[in-house]
Amino acid sequence: MNDHDHGDTIPGGESPDTEGPQGATGYTVGLFLAVLLTAMSFWIASTDVIWDPAVPVAIVVLAVAQMGVHLVFFLHVTSGPDNANNIIALAFGVLIVLLVVAGSVWVMTHLNHNMHMAPADMAQHMR
Amino acid sequence: MSTAAPHPASFRAPHDPYALGGGRGGHGNDGGHHGEATGHGAGGPASKRIVVGYGFWIYLLSDIVLFSAFFAAYAVLAGETAGGPSGAEIFDRGRLAIETGCLLLSSYTCGLGSIAAARRHGRSTQLWLAATGVLGLVFLGIEVQEFAALAAEGAGPQRSAFLSAFFALVGLHGLHVGIGLLWLATMMAQIATRGFRPEVERRLLCFNLFWHALDIVWVGVFSIVYLLGNLG
Repeated sequence: MNDHDHGDTIPGGESPDTEGPQGATGYTVGLFLAVLLTAMSFWIASTDVIWDPAVPVAIVVLAVAQMGVHLVFFLHVTSGPDNANNIIALAFGVLIVLLVVAGSVWVMTHLNHNMHMAPADMAQHMR
Repeated sequence: MSTAAPHPASFRAPHDPYALGGGRGGHGNDGGHHGEATGHGAGGPASKRIVVGYGFWIYLLSDIVLFSAFFAAYAVLAGETAGGPSGAEIFDRGRLAIETGCLLLSSYTCGLGSIAAARRHGRSTQLWLAATGVLGLVFLGIEVQEFAALAAEGAGPQRSAFLSAFFALVGLHGLHVGIGLLWLATMMAQIATRGFRPEVERRLLCFNLFWHALDIVWVGVFSIVYLLGNLG
């Protein structure tokens, strides 16, 4: 059965007639963008041109952008209607990831703050 | 022969791709060849390729949730060096650049391999998969060498909470890459011995998804752990 007449696609799916942006060109464009974003991350981390407090923000933004490039060009997850199921699952996964990471950092920061200790002092007291 | 008060659905033929509605419910058998069973969608159930691919996508998302727990542990413990070395002292950016390049390039060759497989080019599929495997092995070799060097300097996972979290997170990713390499070898053997059978193609599709997902996780690792850790 051919899935083209079915209206559902899956991440990473290829078909024999893939040409243009879905075929090798898509992977090449994706590789180019990914290398560009990676190089920018490395450059920003090592240069003195950027205002220091902005460096972590820039690195995180570039990482998120590169993950998006990987999703679109390597995994073929797009916003098309036949991709709706994949996007909904992805959105739920991202929600859980954000809750776990942001929640952990938030709770532990407040814990250290409310006990009036710097993290280093906390380490001393928890020995 | 026309009956009085025909079912309105038979005039408008509403869009009902999953055949859930009562459009043909009142007709009984009079239509003759309605073919599909109710509730199985316009073209029947989704093909096995779609079902397998979607299921594996769900697994990958759960795997990324697993990684997020390790990322959270690392983020909380990154400052707890207990007098030991900090990230800025132990991370080597040259090695990181080679690792990142290898994994990124291997994602590319893996994608070209999936195109070759879709076109049934056995030889080039094997070549691209072999290139993926070599790049993955180089990545893993550099990582093992980095871990061994750190342990030899007395900066092993038992030194501080920061190093425990670092080894757990980066080691978990390395473990995934190692398992992926074993999977890759079995895929090459299956293509060589069985050819492009449907079940082999489905496994190859899942492997491609797995490998690309590992690269996405590595983007998070090299940005959050190495580059941010190197700042201070």
